[in-house]
Amino acid sequence: MCRRVLSKCSLNTSRLGAVPTALGSLSRCPTPLWVQTLSLTPSLTLPCPSSMPSPRVLSLSPESRAQRLPLRSPREGAAGRHDASPQPALLGAEQTQGPQPPLQHLHLHLHLPPPALPMPGAGQRHPRPPSWRRSAQARLRLCPPIVGTEAFPGPCCAEPGAAVMAAALRRLLRAGGRRGAALVAAAAACGPGPQTLRLIYTTTAAWKKNVAASGPEKYTEAFIKKQIEEFNLGKRHLANMMGEDPETFTQEDIDRAIAYLFPSGLFDKRARPMMKHPTEIFPEQRKIQWGEDGRPFHFLFYTGKQSYYSLMHDTYEKLLNVQKHQDQLAAQDLPPQKEKKNLVGSRWLTKTELEEMLLEKLSDDDYSRFIQLLQKLVMMPCGNIEENYIKKFSREISAQLQKVVIEPLKYDEQGVAFSTGEGRRKTSRATVAVYDNGTGKITVNGIDVLHYFPVLQDREQLLFPFQFLDRVGKHDMVCTVSGGGRSSQAGAIRLASAKALRSFVTEKEVEFMRQAGLLTVDPRVKERKKPGQEGARRKFTWKKR
Amino acid sequence: RDRREAAARGGSWGGGSGRLRSSSSSSHGLGSWRCRGSCGQVRARAVLNRPPPAAGDGLLSEPLGHPDFFNVKELFSMKDLFSARVHLGHKKGCRHRFMEPYIFGCRLDQDIIDLDQTMDHLQLALNFTAHIAYRKGIILFVSRNRQFCHLVESTARECGEYAHTRYWQGGLLTNAHIQFGAGVRLPDLIIFLSSLNNVFEPHVAIRDAAKMNIPTVGVVDTNCNPCLITYPIPGNDDSPTAMELYCKLFKMTIIRAKDYRKQREGAVQGRPVHHGDAGPLEVEHPPQWADEKK
Repeated sequence: MCRRVLSKCSLNTSRLGAVPTALGSLSRCPTPLWVQTLSLTPSLTLPCPSSMPSPRVLSLSPESRAQRLPLRSPREGAAGRHDASPQPALLGAEQTQGPQPPLQHLHLHLHLPPPALPMPGAGQRHPRPPSWRRSAQARLRLCPPIVGTEAFPGPCCAEPGAAVMAAALRRLLRAGGRRGAALVAAAAACGPGPQTLRLIYTTTAAWKKNVAASGPEKYTEAFIKKQIEEFNLGKRHLANMMGEDPETFTQEDIDRAIAYLFPSGLFDKRARPMMKHPTEIFPEQRKIQWGEDGRPFHFLFYTGKQSYYSLMHDTYEKLLNVQKHQDQLAAQDLPPQKEKKNLVGSRWLTKTELEEMLLEKLSDDDYSRFIQLLQKLVMMPCGNIEENYIKKFSREISAQLQKVVIEPLKYDEQGVAFSTGEGRRKTSRATVAVYDNGTGKITVNGIDVLHYFPVLQDREQLLFPFQFLDRVGKHDMVCTVSGGGRSSQAGAIRLASAKALRSFVTEKEVEFMRQAGLLTVDPRVKERKKPGQEGARRKFTWKKR
Repeated sequence: RDRREAAARGGSWGGGSGRLRSSSSSSHGLGSWRCRGSCGQVRARAVLNRPPPAAGDGLLSEPLGHPDFFNVKELFSMKDLFSARVHLGHKKGCRHRFMEPYIFGCRLDQDIIDLDQTMDHLQLALNFTAHIAYRKGIILFVSRNRQFCHLVESTARECGEYAHTRYWQGGLLTNAHIQFGAGVRLPDLIIFLSSLNNVFEPHVAIRDAAKMNIPTVGVVDTNCNPCLITYPIPGNDDSPTAMELYCKLFKMTIIRAKDYRKQREGAVQGRPVHHGDAGPLEVEHPPQWADEKK
């Protein structure tokens, strides 16, 4: 249908004479329809010669589309293109003729924004979905070169014309703004050789990729290997850049170099530039789960969560073993073993740790079921048989096991016992040395306390730990403090001196100090100001109207 | 369709209850597998009496020459079934309408399953399983009975096949290429050791296997629906003894068939293996349905 339409158009054109377009001498050469189109009114419709039946749609029918070869890059050459592609018709000639009979409009199904929208060059910007631009660009780039027939001389004859056409294209489309630029880029990208741009009608369904169906991003072994090679090469380059020996360049050196070369003020450390070994960056993934014959390797493959269910299976098997052992002991009239594993200082694996171990995503229910099964196993009288298995899933809580260590007294050159302590409050940091056999002299940053802290309240704060322990005039203190204001510096020194005094004092008195709050860091800091409010808490004045 | 026909031949007329009609009629989708309940007894007997197809040479056509090539009959006897309490069904109130043909009677409100029919069906099912295992098919054991979950998984692991006794995710069979990745091979046979799920409804896998043209073997109790199962085995699915018996029988059948296959492959080593009469189950990678779904 299309070819019939187009052939009629060409005949009409020749009858009507030269084509008065910007393309000058190309009176006989076919002009792409849409070149004309874009110079016309934004409605993207063309006047149709009255001889043609109307309204005729120039969209390519599915049959004619099927006849064409699949879309390839234009660089593949015209060898495979044996079907004649219809040349766009020369209908643009009509616009310059005299009074026309009532025109029927040809609607071109260009994949450009709908006719209602004016051209971008019109001065107003209308929001367009970005996919339009990319889609037009992609599809035009995919156009194969035109092969001519006898009716329509191929591009080789029109080669000089093609160049002029391209130039004219650029001129015309420059006004077209971004869309024009995209099309020009597409024209340029068509590759070497005599080629002209061509209209193609496609649907998004054919080329749009179903991202959801492809699943999580998979990294092949070759890809990871390549990344490792690049990393090692980059490491050596970095070492050379920093002037260090590439052979002994460790990960810490890399981190320091990156922090130096790419300074970043971002708060989140994970958002800053980093250069790490690919195994740390790309998460470990499971390779393909079945062999050449298609048979999966794991017997629980078809459950979907083979690692997790295999773990449950093994754990249940241990449970059955323990039950059997218990039954055997009962049959021999022996009492079950009484030693219980002490669970106080240990915890089970967290859900994240278990996921890392299994390389599989777990749900909360799955995780809790597994932990319940483990607990049941542990609670059984003969659970100690499987201690090795249970150890794999428990971790020691080191923080609870460690007690706060009080440093013993130190002695300086004169043989006087002293102890040091550090403290902080808000932004102040203080270090203090408390000396025995003293007279209550306090020095702060080399200045006497009366001069450094003129306010009574601050001096009272400094005095409090000694007063609490009834050691008011018995110790000397040398402090260094920085940061903060007067009150916070006083608080920092108080905490530091309390910590230092622990070494002089019994365990019971340390406990009393702790209960009094002398050994606790004051967590209060200045609250930030929030937007929409005048301060941290203060709101703007409410006005009734 | 090819697989069903091959199964019809290869079950060596153990072609299953739904396959009394000629192979041409088996081309209708699920139609050939419906309404089995009414004439199961007659059908089984008729199938066994059909004349054997001509035995050809070749690795795959050799077992097709005999109705009970792997001699599964010797693995069990009526006495074994009785002592394993296979004949004990549920109460009268739980009875499923389609199980009525398989029930011998009802005593003190408890249904008793006809062990004569069970013997025939069990022989057909085991024979079919043996043929599938001989042809290196993938066998999936399914049971949602929590009491025997570990037993079923262990059985599957010991005979080198696969098990699924956990929560059935909706698209495991029907959406396999998305869930497992492209090129996955689906099971060639699904064995239900208990065809109900935890809420006493038919297991979803029965329907999905029927959708995906995967033959099924299933132990159906008096409260189960035997409709979509290719080779139902009327029997008790709640007693531990019965379940252990089934597991033992399936394991022995599969191991026997696989050993025989290894033996035959060893015997023909050095000679080019004829793939001319290979059934659809014997395809090299990729399998038949993988291409359809792509």
